[in-house]
This record gives sequence, C-alpha cells and structure tokens, in this order.
Amino acid sequence: MAEPLHTLGARAAAERVRRGELSAAALTDAALARTAATEPTIGAFLTVCADEARAAAAEIDRRVAAGDDPGPLAGVPVGVKDIICTAGVRTTAASRILEHFVPAYDATVVERLRRAGAIVAGKVNCDEFAMGSSCENSALGTTRNPWDPARVAGGSSGGSAAAVASAACPVTLGTDTGGSIRLPAAFCGVVGIKPTYGRVSRYGVMAFASTLDQVGPLGRDVADTALVLGAIAGHDPRDATSSPRAVPNFVAAVEEGVRGLRLGLPREYFAAGLQPDVERAVRDTIRALEAAGASVTDVSLPHTEYAVATYYLVSSAEASSNLARYDGVRYGLRVEDAGGLGAMYAATRDAGFGAEVKRRIMLGTYALSAGYYDAFYGKAQQVRTLIRRDFEAALAGCDALVSPVAPSTAFRLGERLDDPLAMYLSDVLTLAVPLAGLPALSVPCGLDAAGLPIGFQVIGRAWDEATCFRVAGAVEASGVWTPRSPLP
Amino acid sequence: MLDGYEAVIGLEVHAELLTASKIFCGCSARFGAPPNTNVCPVCLGMPGVLPVLNRRVVEFAIRAGLATGCTIAEHSRFARKNYFYPDLSKGYQISMYEQPLCVGGGLDVVVEGVARRIGLTRIHMEEDTGKNIHDAHAAGSLVDFNRGGVPLLEIVSEPDMRSPAEAGAYLRALRSILQYLEICDGNMEEGSFRCDANCSVRRIGDRTLGTKVEIKNMNSFRNVERAVDFELARQVQALQQGEALHQETRLWDPDRSETRSMRSKESAHDYRYFPEPDLRPLVVDAAWVDAVRAALPELPPARRQRFEAAHGLSAYDADVLTQRKDVADYFEAMVAAGAGAKDAANWITTELLRIVREQKLDDALVIREWPIAPTRLAALARLVEGGTINRNTAKGLLPRLLGTDVDPAALVAAEGLAQVSDRDALDRAVRDVLARHPEQVEQFRSGKEKVLGFLVGQVMKTTGGKANPQVVQQLLRAALSS
Repeated sequence: MAEPLHTLGARAAAERVRRGELSAAALTDAALARTAATEPTIGAFLTVCADEARAAAAEIDRRVAAGDDPGPLAGVPVGVKDIICTAGVRTTAASRILEHFVPAYDATVVERLRRAGAIVAGKVNCDEFAMGSSCENSALGTTRNPWDPARVAGGSSGGSAAAVASAACPVTLGTDTGGSIRLPAAFCGVVGIKPTYGRVSRYGVMAFASTLDQVGPLGRDVADTALVLGAIAGHDPRDATSSPRAVPNFVAAVEEGVRGLRLGLPREYFAAGLQPDVERAVRDTIRALEAAGASVTDVSLPHTEYAVATYYLVSSAEASSNLARYDGVRYGLRVEDAGGLGAMYAATRDAGFGAEVKRRIMLGTYALSAGYYDAFYGKAQQVRTLIRRDFEAALAGCDALVSPVAPSTAFRLGERLDDPLAMYLSDVLTLAVPLAGLPALSVPCGLDAAGLPIGFQVIGRAWDEATCFRVAGAVEASGVWTPRSPLP
Repeated sequence: MLDGYEAVIGLEVHAELLTASKIFCGCSARFGAPPNTNVCPVCLGMPGVLPVLNRRVVEFAIRAGLATGCTIAEHSRFARKNYFYPDLSKGYQISMYEQPLCVGGGLDVVVEGVARRIGLTRIHMEEDTGKNIHDAHAAGSLVDFNRGGVPLLEIVSEPDMRSPAEAGAYLRALRSILQYLEICDGNMEEGSFRCDANCSVRRIGDRTLGTKVEIKNMNSFRNVERAVDFELARQVQALQQGEALHQETRLWDPDRSETRSMRSKESAHDYRYFPEPDLRPLVVDAAWVDAVRAALPELPPARRQRFEAAHGLSAYDADVLTQRKDVADYFEAMVAAGAGAKDAANWITTELLRIVREQKLDDALVIREWPIAPTRLAALARLVEGGTINRNTAKGLLPRLLGTDVDPAALVAAEGLAQVSDRDALDRAVRDVLARHPEQVEQFRSGKEKVLGFLVGQVMKTTGGKANPQVVQQLLRAALSS
C-alpha cells in the first residue's frame, strides 16, 4: 500500500513531481489536509496559505507538463517562519505590533525556495521577534510539542519544528540567533541546521540580532535538510554580510560517512546539569560514530561560562536598535489619540510588544547607553572574540565538535515562563556557536524515558556545513534514530 | 569688537552628494520628485531590509578627502545613531562615528588679506533623513521619504575660526571645492549644503575653550555670518553681566535676527552609537585612493594661480573667476576663442554674471544654461578690441545676442553699427558740437576738465553712438586747445 502523501520526504516528493508521477496539486492538498488535522492540537501555523499554495502547485504542474524542470524542490510544501517576509502574505513576527502587516516583497530565501520549485504552504509560529526558547512568547498563540502536547515545542522556531514533526510539511525554514533552530529541532525530533554566518541571505528576515541571525532549514531527515540549505544558500547582493563563497553539494556529503573524521567533545558541554537520559543518548551516539570510523578527542571551550551573558548583551543591544522601526509611523499597529508624538510612540510600543521583547529592548538600550557602552556592549564584544578563539582552537585539532543540543528534553508548557533566567539557560549549549559565527546542526539521537526526543549537536568549522551533514548522516545511518512523526 | 574676548568657531557642514542613487539602495537620489516616489522597502526601513553601500558614495567621499588634504583611512566603519523621529525610517541613522573615512586635512582661506588655514577634524558618510510635512493635511503630519537615504558628507572643521568673516570664507572655499569635485551642488536654500556652527568665546589669551553653543537652521552664507555674529555678541554680553552660559542647541531666526534656545544639553539625545552590524567594515585600499587621486580635477587654488600666471590676471579677478568651476571654464573658453584675458574677465564679471543672476539661470553653484555661448561673447569682445565697435555699442548689442546663435560680427555688419573712426567725418561733428555749446567751451578753457565728458557725449549722440570715443576725445582736445 502506498504511504500517505504527507509522509513523503522532500527529495522523494520532488523527484516524483519532476518525473510527472505525482502532481504538486495532490501533494499540496495532502499537506493542507494534514495541517487541518494536526493544527487543533499543535498550533504550528499562524497563517495557512491554502489559495496561494494551490495556485503555485498548479503552476508547477503546468511547467512539468510543458517539459520544464521546476527545480530540486518541485512541488514540495514548505512552512516558513513568520519572521521571514512573504510578498502579499501577512508576516507578523508573532507580534501584536505586526499582526496585520503584509510585506510587499519576498525575503531572498523565499524567492530562492520558489525558484527551486517549493510551495509556501504557510507561515509558522515562533517566539515574538524570535526571542524565546519555548515558542510560548508568541503573541498570536502557543505551539505545542507533537510528542507531548503538554510540552513546549522549543523556540524560537517552534512552529517550524512542530510543523515538520507533525508531518504538516516535510521541511520548513527557521532562524537561529542563539539556538532557535537547533533547540526546537531537538525538542521535536527533527533535523535543523544553523549555517555559517553569511552563508544564507538575511534580506527580508526581520532582524533580531544582526550579527547572529541566520536562516536555516528544518527537515524530517538529514538529506532533506541538506537539500533545502543548498537551495537557499549563496551570495545575495542585497545582503552585504552574505558571502560570495561557492555552495558545496550538501546532499552528497550526507552519504560520505565519518570514517577518518576527528570529533571533539567540549568538556564544558558535558558538565553537570545534563539530564541523565540526554547524556546517555549522546554518549551512545558518539560510540556509534566511533564504530563507524570516527575518532574522538576531548577539547575545551574555556570561556563557555561567559557565553550566556555575552550573548544576551550582544543580542539585546542589536535588538533594541533593530526593533526601533516598529514605532507606529509607517506600518503596523498605531495607538491613535495618545496625545502627541512621543506619547504615540510609547503607547504603540507598549501595546505592540510583549513582555520578553520589552525586557530585551530595555536591557539592550541600557547596554548601549553613553557611559555604559564600554562596560557592557564593548566588553561583550571583547569576550565574544575570546569565545570565537576558543572554537578556533578546539576546531584546529578536530573536524567537528559534538555535544547535546540542550541539557534536557522538552519541558512542560508554562514551566519556565515566569523565570526568564531558567528559560535563558535552555540555550546554554547552543548560543556560543552564533557568537562565533559557526555552523551547527541538531539531529535526533533517541528518546528519553518519557518518550521525548533528544538532540545531538554537531558544530563545524566556518563554511564547513558539509562535515556537519556527514556526521549527522552517520548518526542517522547508525540506527539510533529513525525519522518519524509521533502523530498518527 | 568682542571687548577683550576671542571667538572660537567650528563648523559642521552636511553636503548632499550628487550620486544618481541613494547610499544604501538603488532609489533615485534626485531632488524635487513628487513625495514618496523615490522610495523602496530599503529606504523606507521596512521589516527585514538591509543596507548595501553604494560604491560611488565612497568614491565621492574619498575625492572630498583628498581635495582637502585628509588622510583616507584604510579601515573605516559605519555606525548606528539611534533616535526616534518620524522622518527617520529605521529608528536609527546609519552614519560613521568612531572610525571615519577621512581624517585631518584643512582649507586655506584669505580674509581681509590675511591667509589662514582652517583644520578639518573629519569627513564621513551618512544617510539623509526624510522630511516631515506639517501643514499639508488636516488629519496630521505627513512624511516624505524621497530624501531618506540620500548620501551626505559630514565635514567637521576644527574650532579654528575666529570671526564670522572667517566662517563665511571657510564655507565659500569648501563649497567651491565640492563644486569643483562635482559631488555637491552647494544649494543652501534647497538644503543640499547645510551648516551648523559651534560657537564659544573666551578671554583673549585663555587656552581653555568656553562653553559651546550649537546654532542650527541657517540657510545662507549671510545667515551663517549673521547668526554667528549675533551669538558671539550674546555670549560676551552674558559673560560681562556675570551670567553663566550653558551648553545648548540654538536655532537661528532670520526674521528676528536672533538665535533662540532649542534644547539644552541635559535633554540632549543619547544616540547609543554602535557599529552598524548589517554592513561589513569598509576597506579602501591604496590602489583605489590612487585611482581617485589621479582623476581629481584642478582645484580652485591651483587654478587661481594659473590664471594669474598664464593670463596675467589680477589676484582679485583670478579669485572671482575661479570660485566657481563653470565660470572658470567659461573664461577659458572665451580666451581660447580669441578674447583677451582682461577683456574676458571684465565681460564675465560685469555683464554675464549679472544676466545669469537676473535671469535666475543658476542653481546655487551650477549654471544650468549660459545665456550666450563663450565663443559668441569672445567674438563680441574681439570686435571691441579690434576697434570695430565701441564698448557701448557692444553692451547695447548683448541683449540681442542672448539665447540666439547670431554671430556678433554679422549683426554689426548687417546693421551698420561699426564705429566711425574717420577723422574727417568726426572732425566735422566735433566742430559742430563746439559751435553749439560755447558756454561749455568757455568752462573747459577756464580749467573745468569735466566738461569734456559732456562734449564727448554730445558728439556720440550726433553720430548715433557709433563714433570711436578715443578719436573723438583726441579731436576735441585738439580743437579746444587751438
């Protein structure tokens, strides 16, 4: 019996569409039907683009019929994090301040997805302006974990991870600033990669922290994830921080295996505080990689203890500036009749931003203030350099670093909501990587005693996503994990 | 003048650059389009957009830096200046702060015969803001973002100026250089050349600086000089009355000829500068600087010297002719067409520039359209020089040549305007005039030389203005002394 269409992976689906064996229309309808079935429980989507998706699918089918090749993602439904602009489709950043905002243009990554034949099936939920670790900071609804709807999906790209885990779409786009792709991928049992800073264009991605933000794909398996990264990566003349480097064939790397690779275990990432199930699964996985031909060595990232403070200073400072444009003057929410310009700004931003966003704007504003800049932002940039050097030193002696993604598996909804610091520590193993600009990936490596997925992190050298994919491919091939959806 | 006090003046100039497109996007940077027609998501600061630096802006900035003797930094970087204002689309302005592109350098000015060098602190690039429009709509204020993202150079002087006249001279010299470089049109009224002045006073001999006041809102050279003049006097008066000055920003009110307080330093913004994270540090290598240097035009001081040396012009004429590049070019075109240098200078300064002014043919520093081609004005000058017509006839002809391509020599020939130098014919006219004015003849002979002018005028009149005045004068003197 043929498997249900919504469980088809991106590569398999696209191949069949390109060969004319499967219509994009059927694929899209299946995704929309699956979404309708899972949404009441999961809440991964903020906007389902049913009409736009059907129209795009019809166009793909027309092109296939005409003998065209619509591209490597032909007909594949993709969920796009709602912080990434889509022309004509509202893009909210999960914030009241942009609840009704409709961009006039597509982000470069969306443009490239469409060019590769993908179909934007909907806009998925996230923490407001990507600030959060649980997807509970969305002003427009909470996303639940498909493995246990009483638990968080992880953040900030919780909708992206939950949409894949619930099989609403085979792949999605998320953004990672401090771990926002890898943490929800780990919590939801899917693959997600934060590429090297500069690998993927940020044009059209609502900025949270400009020097940290990167767009990356999430997918049910490693090869699908590699395929989507290949489609969106590469230089964009509209983003001055994007790199002109050539984009390698990531899908090919997945099959290469780990024979001869040297993997580093950062001592500080295996310190006390790991949930025992998590540590056990990660260590089992490392043994499986050794069995597959990799060698393992201990490394140290001595400035790890400063990473959280550094990350929150840098990201909040940049956020305080990046979010200044949401002032009620040109678009988005405006509180009328506040009484004067200053009062309008204050009332609009007070009504439009949630508590977490306000907290970070205040922190960032303070860190950049005259008289405090040197002590906070300036110092954080210096520590950032030390953290980057830690990674350079560790990666000089090995090909990639491996570790857990998070100290624990998905926690319960509400559990850390009133304790911002506990929430911030959810990202303790992921947030140093963006400070160093490196690529890092999360691949599932088992379940804990409660039946919740555990994420295995692979951190690569700059521009070496291919090695991350090699290691992740080997994890998948080792059998510690079989890509699957927890929902029937 | 300042009663034992000395003025300390520094100027900050914002010059809008004449690039075709804006500094961080491809929108047109042209002035005067209907509101919000030269805009895109980037210059509107829409969510998700990013700036991409316009290479031409950097080239213009290097040009300005080299022409004023600055050092061009190999590594410079943009910063964000954060503040809220409706005309600021992103909530911050992208500017340069700690690492400007051009540092040092200076300008030489001459004021009342005294040469002074005014140092430059820095020149950096930034984006302009939009413009608020307050009275166009009943429902509220509007914002026009056409100007938002237009490239600006901020040129900051050292506090080296000691009088309003020096400040005016510095501004004129600076504007002249920018025009020569063809990077700014220098139009103060349209805001493409804007100036803020930092003024303080101190007792002569003091080394420390007094309390600084910033003056904004001056839209002409005259207003800069007036505003600075007013402010210095106000500060001296306050100090003499024992009042403490405080650091503040003041606005110049040209109608009431006074500055008034806009905001005090205490309420001044904290701009929370930090490096612009969306742009990589700017690297300008030596090869780029060399290429820009090689393409620099001859600048006003060099051209002034060349005009004095090669054309024998007075320092004054050379200065007047070289202040504006287009005027200097016109002069050289006239000389190349055969006009004498001194004649050409006279025609330009007395006639041509008057017509340009009257007909409003200039946009600040750029003359859009010359009323007469330099070759034609040279031809006219040559007719006078060669004695074919006299100067008055030439002046009378000039209006008829404006906006046409008529050859002056052809016009003179066709209308019989050539002057009469024939001694016999003129002698008859002279004797006739003397016979009709015995009273003036008597006055002349009793020593009243001035009467000669009247008599010459009478002869000119009887010859329809065509007589050669030099010949008439000779004949008159001869007749009167006989």
